[in-house]
Order: sequence, then C-alpha cells, then structure tokens
Amino acid sequence: MREMISMVVVLTVLSAFSGGMLAAVRTGTKDRIENQVLKFQKAPAIKQILQEVSNDPLQDRFKLMDSDNELTFFVGKMGDKPNAVIFETFGKGYGGDIGVMTGINIESDKIIGIAVTTHSETPGLGSRAKDDPSFASQFAGLGVDENIAIKNNGGPIDIVSGATITSAGVSNAAQKAQEIYRRLKPEIEKQTSQMAN
Amino acid sequence: MAQSMVKEFTKGLWAEVPPFRLVLGLCPVLAVTKTVENGIGMGIATTFVLVCSNLLVSMLRNVIPPKVRIACYIVIIATFVTIVELVMQAFAYPLFLKLGIFIPLIVVNCIVLGRSEAFASKNPPHMAIADGLGMGIGFTLSLTVLSAVREILGTGTLLGNPVFGPNFQPFTFMVEAPGAFVCLGLLLCMMNLIGKK
Repeated sequence: MREMISMVVVLTVLSAFSGGMLAAVRTGTKDRIENQVLKFQKAPAIKQILQEVSNDPLQDRFKLMDSDNELTFFVGKMGDKPNAVIFETFGKGYGGDIGVMTGINIESDKIIGIAVTTHSETPGLGSRAKDDPSFASQFAGLGVDENIAIKNNGGPIDIVSGATITSAGVSNAAQKAQEIYRRLKPEIEKQTSQMAN
Repeated sequence: MAQSMVKEFTKGLWAEVPPFRLVLGLCPVLAVTKTVENGIGMGIATTFVLVCSNLLVSMLRNVIPPKVRIACYIVIIATFVTIVELVMQAFAYPLFLKLGIFIPLIVVNCIVLGRSEAFASKNPPHMAIADGLGMGIGFTLSLTVLSAVREILGTGTLLGNPVFGPNFQPFTFMVEAPGAFVCLGLLLCMMNLIGKK
C-alpha cells in the first residue's frame, strides 16, 4: 500500500511540475514564435501573392473572429489604397493539413493569387503544388463566388499531375477562403477603411 | 573525484561514442545528417536533453519508485524535449522546419533513455552531468562527421559553401537514405580499424 501511494504521489508531482514548467516556457516564447512564423512562413507567401504593394502587409494586419476561429488578415495597399486582404485557410491534403494564403482584391471581389505556406505532401509530387507556380496561378483573377474546384470535381482548375488529393486540398482551402470572405466582407471593409489614412 | 568525472566524460567521446560504438539512436543519425547544419543542430538539441534529464533523474534517483521509473524518465525527458522544441521555434525557426519530426522523436531516442536507466539512476548528479555531456558531445561529433562526409560528397558543399570547383558532379546517392547506411558502415569500419591498433 505504501509503495502504491508513493508511486502515485511521485508521478503526480512530477507531471504537475513538468506541466507548470512547460506552461512557463510556452508563455515566454509565444510572441517570438508567432513572429518567427510570420517571418519565415507567411512572409514569403504574401510576397508571392502581392508583388507590388506600397506598405508592409506584415505590419498592417488585423484579427477577426469567424465563428470560433480567430483569423489574421494582412492588408496590402496597391496605389495607396488598402484594397487587398490576405489570410490563411487550411485544406486536407494527402499527408495532413495544407495551409494556403489567399489574397483577395476587396474592390473587385476577385482572387489576386494563392500561395501554399505549410504542407507535408510527398516531395516531388504533392510538393509541386507549392513549388510550381503554374498551378497556383490558375486561381488568380477568379471571383469570390466563382467555382474554383478542380476538374475532377467539376471545376475549372487543372490538377498537379499525380497529386489529385493535394490539388483538391489546396482548392478546398481556397474555397474556404472565398466563403469566409463573403461572410466577413462588411467587417473586413470596416477594418481596411480605418487603415486608409 | 575529478578524475572519475573526466573518465565518465571522455568515455562518451571515443570508447563508447553512441552511434558508432553502441550503434544506438540510429534513426536521427541516418535521417537528419544530410547537411552539417542539420547534424550539429540535432546534436546540440540531443545534448541539452541528455544533460538535463541525466541531472534530474540522478537528483531524483532515491525518490522515484523502481516500478514506475520508466514512466518518470519519460515524463522528465519529454518535458525537456518540448522545451527544446519551443526554444528552437522561437530562435532558430528555419532549422526547426528542417529537423521537423525528429525533434519530438528525441523523446524515444534510446541514447537518452538508456543513459537515464543505465547511468543516471545509479550515480550522483555531478557524475550524471559528466556522462550526459560526454555522450552528448560524442553524439554531436558523430553526427557532424557523418553529415560532413555526406554533404561534401552528396551536394559538394560544406555548411552551404561550395568546396569543389564548378565541374563537380554531386554524388546524390550519399544524401539519400541508402547512402546514409553505407556511409555509417564505412565510418564504423574505420573506427574499428583505428581502435584495433
């Protein structure tokens, strides 16, 4: 009995101590990690989508709630007006979630471009959805209420050959972005108009 | 005392160097040694976990009940691995992206658990630190040597800097998985040859 109690006590104390320590380290590194993710993961994708902006979209960002999820919107100014928003959505790929940044022009309601941020797809097959610009460029110029499914699902998008599931995942993520944009448009416009000055 | 500490430290550097002499912890050894940068990063991360977990296990060696000792070791090791993961995300994000899954996998690295079980649980803290440090540095050096051979032959660079002239044809076999096995085997063979004399 004594042995049993000591086992329970030691394991409980040890686990509680570990939990406390990890919580402390997590709080201490949280802001830095967020910055690093912005710098190394989101920034290249944003740059790929918005080539000619007069501001720094990483600085001009705001957060909105979409039901339970908090989304970060990056604002791009083309010609001194804040007329582009970029945000990240996720779609199911072959090896896990694929993160996709979608840039939308809020004046014309058209997609400016998309770019893959994170994925764990097969190198050389699914990974081409990120590396091959001709796949992502098919989304550019399509409206937010247009069909952007892949051809296998009755849409206009050509898949990356050999990577149907990856292509569908990217397309799904972009479709989610369309939905979110349509849903949150009034709020997005409110936020961007404040940045006009 | 100081002498025995030196002995525990140096045995990890040559006589019992983990990947070559004990042939332990081969999963990260083979997987991440494509470039020297990855090898050193992985080695430092493992060394940190080894030293910290050895110290804590050794300090708690009279408290931990024998029947749940493995569970206690895993809790301790997993805590330090998570700390490494968070710190690496905050301060060396590109390296974190490259090492990916192999950082969390340090938890089940048999060198770390092996040193806790075989050494730290039976020796006082200062000896456990010497042992952890020696094993960790030995592990780091092994990874560095292995990754240097693979990077130089496989991509013709060292830490990203070209070492051969522009006419060098990279021996890509070396950076792929079979190349890792062959290279490890040859190094092992060389170490045995030197040790015999």
